Amino acid sequence: MPNTLTLALSKGRIFKETLPLLKAAGIEPIDDPDTSRKLILETNQADVRLIIVRASDVPTYVEYGGADIGVAGKDVLLEHPNAELYEPVDLEIAQCKLMTAGKVGEAVKSGRLKVATKFIQSTRRFYAEQGQQVDIIKLYGSMELAPLVGLADRIVDVVDTGNTLRANGLEPLEHIADISSRLVVNKASMKMKHARIQQFIERIRAAVAEKNND
Amino acid sequence: MSQTERWLLPEGIDELMPEQALQLEALRRTLIDKMQSWGYQLVIPPLVEYLESLLTGTAKTLDLQTFKLTDQMSGRMMGIRADITPQAARIAAHRLRDQQEVLRLCYIGNVLQTLPLSQGGSRNPIQVGAEIYGHGGPESDLEILQLMVEIITVSATGTSILLDIGHVGIYRGLAEQAGLTDEQEQHLFSALQRKSLPDIEVLLASYDLPASSYTMLLALAELNGGIEVLARAKDVFPEANDSVKQALSTLETIADLVQQRLPGVTLNFDLAELRGYHYHTGMVFAAYQTGTSEAIAMGGRYDDIGEEFGHGQPATGFSLDLKNLVVHNLSGSTKNDPISAVWTDDIEQQQLIEKLRNEGEQVVYQLTQSEDASRKIERQEGRWLVVETGTQIRG
Repeated sequence: MPNTLTLALSKGRIFKETLPLLKAAGIEPIDDPDTSRKLILETNQADVRLIIVRASDVPTYVEYGGADIGVAGKDVLLEHPNAELYEPVDLEIAQCKLMTAGKVGEAVKSGRLKVATKFIQSTRRFYAEQGQQVDIIKLYGSMELAPLVGLADRIVDVVDTGNTLRANGLEPLEHIADISSRLVVNKASMKMKHARIQQFIERIRAAVAEKNND
Repeated sequence: MSQTERWLLPEGIDELMPEQALQLEALRRTLIDKMQSWGYQLVIPPLVEYLESLLTGTAKTLDLQTFKLTDQMSGRMMGIRADITPQAARIAAHRLRDQQEVLRLCYIGNVLQTLPLSQGGSRNPIQVGAEIYGHGGPESDLEILQLMVEIITVSATGTSILLDIGHVGIYRGLAEQAGLTDEQEQHLFSALQRKSLPDIEVLLASYDLPASSYTMLLALAELNGGIEVLARAKDVFPEANDSVKQALSTLETIADLVQQRLPGVTLNFDLAELRGYHYHTGMVFAAYQTGTSEAIAMGGRYDDIGEEFGHGQPATGFSLDLKNLVVHNLSGSTKNDPISAVWTDDIEQQQLIEKLRNEGEQVVYQLTQSEDASRKIERQEGRWLVVETGTQIRG
């Protein structure tokens, strides 16, 4: 499809916060993803469509060319360090921090730490930079539980307000990275649909700048 | 291992079935003839050789890409080639160094890669490539581009091709001018490959650079698009050093030549495209075909090659995966129209079959009744003849 643009988005916070930016770029979905069960959403522009995928799948869809453009959290992108993608714009939405956390007031254990996380790459990189070798336990969710049941000494997770951590007797410890959502672009699309995509990028950039000036 | 899994091939290792295999082989012959007609001599380097010569002057990535094994006869490490380019360079720098001033080589062969180049890609491509050694000017760059475009056009008739062109000398020159350390250059390189403007800004701000270097390196990430990019680059690089200006003027020359010689090709320039940055020295390029989400062929200039064999010389070339090309462009019209023959021990029938086969016909002995064809050999009035059977053959 040489002239259509496909945008990959994930449901939830990223979708809600991306919509105003898309609107500023002149793109509005016709279906509401909260009520529609469709995974491909038509928009007010006949040659632009949105696809709804899991947040962690956005880089894959865009890299394979299943979508030309996507919106992905930096936390997800950090897990794909070799992804063949462009990430030209920081959308400054869905902002949070990637942090380590542990039980409140717990003393530092000697020897290898066990760290539970779904962010394997970032965790390994962070502890390696600290000169620490750790055992990483891959989990898919509810990381906060791991230290409580003795599965791990630390967790690495995205932290927004920190309320979930505190509610479970944990506290944020070290800061690993600032997270926000990025616009990602398929490399071949950037070259083959250059004028179209460059224009889209410029509009989104302008929308981000305008939002920050409000 | 259960029987249901025993037939599985390793991940990323694939094979071609008759229709595709036939098409690939036909294409292979066409391409060799084509390259011969341009004066490229075919070489057939070995599948394995010592690691040292295989990895000479190449990037770390090729080392990681290479399957290794120990040579039981010498105890040395050998590698199964992941890329034929270094082998051709070795041949040009050693065996054929005195043959002529400008040497043109081409090759077609299997390579094996530990990791696929793209997600879900093949780990056992069939690499086709052509290289020119001993000439450093834009004429040889253009010749390589022309040959590459011709080869894609022959393989995929009616396709539209986009050429993406960059030049590693621009980033290299800017980094040198800014006085970046190796580590800084590497971090910035990785951010540039992602065109991550936010990350590039953060990195540049932390490097404490002269204002002109800051502006130029920041602008680089956005210097991509049509031919107007070259004019824009001139505007933003007035204070760049000579090697950057030289690189830009080379690109301008090549752009003019490509527009003259390859009018049907769409041009895209990406000055931050640094594929193969660690061994390329000049123009780098990739060809994209409509409907594919990755480059179908790529290459560039690598002038320092051969130095480690005692014969440094300029070089430029391209390569592509023939299997990929065939799979993307199946024509499906190569099916033969066989003649079937009932098995007899009649010598006259055998003579006719031999004659037909020599004329290029496909004659197949009918071993069971179920094999039918649209033509068959039949005995009529004492003579063996080819007759139409009236059977419609699928395909």
